[in-house]
Amino acid sequence: MLKPLSWFAALALSAAVVLGAAGTTPAQQPVTLTGAGATFPFPLYSKWSQVYDAERGVRINYQSVGSGAGIRQFMARTVDFGGTDGPMTDEQIRQAGGRPLHVPMVAGAVVPVYNIPGVGTGLNFTPDVLADIFLGKITKWNDPRLLKDNPEAKLPAADIIVARRADGSGTTAIWVNYLSKVSPEWRTKVGEGTSVNWPVGLGGRGNEGVAGLVRQTPNTLGYVELAYAMLNRIPFGNVRNRTGQFIRPSLSTTTRAMEGALRVIPEDYRVFFTDPEGRDVYPIAGFTWILIYGEQPDPVKGKALVDFLLWAVRDGQKYAPPLLYAPIPRSLVARVEGTLRTVTAQGKVLLP
Amino acid sequence: MAGVVLVIMAAMLAALTVGAWPAIRKFGPAFLATSTWDPVAGQFGALPFVYGTLVSSAVALALAVPLGLGVAIFLAELAPGWLRRPVGLLVELLAAIPSVVYGLWGIFVLAPWVRTTLSPPLKATLGFLPLFEGPPLGIGMLTAGLILAIMVVPFIVAVSTEVMRAVPTSQREAALSLGATLWETTRTAVIPYARSGIAGAIFLSLARALGETMAVTMVIGNIPQIRASLFAPGYTIAAVIANEFGEAGGITLAALVFAGLVLFLVTLLVNLVARLLVARMAAGPGLIRE
Repeated sequence: MLKPLSWFAALALSAAVVLGAAGTTPAQQPVTLTGAGATFPFPLYSKWSQVYDAERGVRINYQSVGSGAGIRQFMARTVDFGGTDGPMTDEQIRQAGGRPLHVPMVAGAVVPVYNIPGVGTGLNFTPDVLADIFLGKITKWNDPRLLKDNPEAKLPAADIIVARRADGSGTTAIWVNYLSKVSPEWRTKVGEGTSVNWPVGLGGRGNEGVAGLVRQTPNTLGYVELAYAMLNRIPFGNVRNRTGQFIRPSLSTTTRAMEGALRVIPEDYRVFFTDPEGRDVYPIAGFTWILIYGEQPDPVKGKALVDFLLWAVRDGQKYAPPLLYAPIPRSLVARVEGTLRTVTAQGKVLLP
Repeated sequence: MAGVVLVIMAAMLAALTVGAWPAIRKFGPAFLATSTWDPVAGQFGALPFVYGTLVSSAVALALAVPLGLGVAIFLAELAPGWLRRPVGLLVELLAAIPSVVYGLWGIFVLAPWVRTTLSPPLKATLGFLPLFEGPPLGIGMLTAGLILAIMVVPFIVAVSTEVMRAVPTSQREAALSLGATLWETTRTAVIPYARSGIAGAIFLSLARALGETMAVTMVIGNIPQIRASLFAPGYTIAAVIANEFGEAGGITLAALVFAGLVLFLVTLLVNLVARLLVARMAAGPGLIRE
């Protein structure tokens, strides 16, 4: 009963393979671009791959393995592009060779998420309180410093369980960059980077892991990208900015932070714009970049890559707000287009 | 075939040693005795990971061996045929579930259950022991041991059942004819005869538990610390390699490979001890010793 069916299936499959192979010439084969990196923008890049494949027939395969791993894969040239929210260090750029370019795609906010039974969203956090919680100096939810900023919240006398990233992460890079700016003790004791020596905290894998830990364990405080907090409906807190306002993380407050930073964005776009000056800015946000080499080895793939990135900074931006990422402002788009026009393959510029 | 396996293992050992060489040269045997793991400062010590690996596997075996043997005895001796086959199949299906699915189930179902249902009675009755001190978070060594036990039980059950069923009926009949009850028959005629196979199954499970990665890293908390309490979070060698390998370079990479080499050697050692034990115990069925 089964035998004839399996014979038929095998025949059909081999026929399909032979016809498929015979029908496509190298010029007609769809181009596939592979990338790896940050979990931060993964929801957006997924959406972009779907849309771009439908529009242009170019397949984009992005693996969200964390910014640190993405940078390593990019340096090892095992992927066509990398994704990171923590820019490469000078040492990494030197080791990578070639001319690595950081192309900003969108910006996102990193928010403090928590799970306290009986307490809703919108708890207020000051910078020093956040730093001291992550340093292990504030250990209980009903600490006087937390109560002072949240007089109406019913904070329990429970230990704060900290959740952080176990893997190398650009979300971490943005978070610890902010903590280093607001806490001298954090800067000297722990420092910055995609991985640090955490004084306290359970480790989760990816934004998903930290979100899972916070959702499942009461009295936990962690940090995730805004999209993860909102889509998973995890309560998240407000952070006080330099002007003294407690700001709710949102698209608009992230965009304002980015606009404020436009003046100081360097030519290579490697900048953290955490803790900026200005009203109504959310202080913990950052770019997410796509890494490409300025000199592409393969002209066909190189052209597909820069075409995709051009589409991403122009048409792709409209997919960002529904997924809770802040699109980059027009002035920056113009600069990015200029950078993309410097990308060459075999000596020839790829974009006309 | 055996030659090929030996060659592959020797090649793996060589590759691991070469990869770990910078760390071996820098830290030496002190690597296994120190506890700092600091990628920023370049200081690495694998003691918390070795501890975590051994303790989580020990908890897993302590839970899985009695349970697995009990199920195997039931399936081999007591269960009627219409029950043995489905139950046996279901237990073996446990082994087919991917590790990462166990991890997801662990973080969303098992960890909250451990925190709310299993830990409070344990804490109330045995909380005075250092083994159960500290607050139960649900994420920690106990949950990791539990998940490993569930993953390892199918091996013990499958192998032990087969080995026990392979005991010749004449042995059972001999015991029964001397007036033994069913349990006494099992205890004196079947299990001693099947001892070497059961020991083999246990060591196979230990080897699996030592190397298990995804399920463990999702429920153990990933904190490199050494605590006596089962409620405390920890870290295992396999978990730290999985978490940090992606972005490691230079001395960090060498330290991770060194930790991997340690795991490789520990697993080899466990298997070697298992072989010796099995060889000694296979010196004949229980009642008659050579």
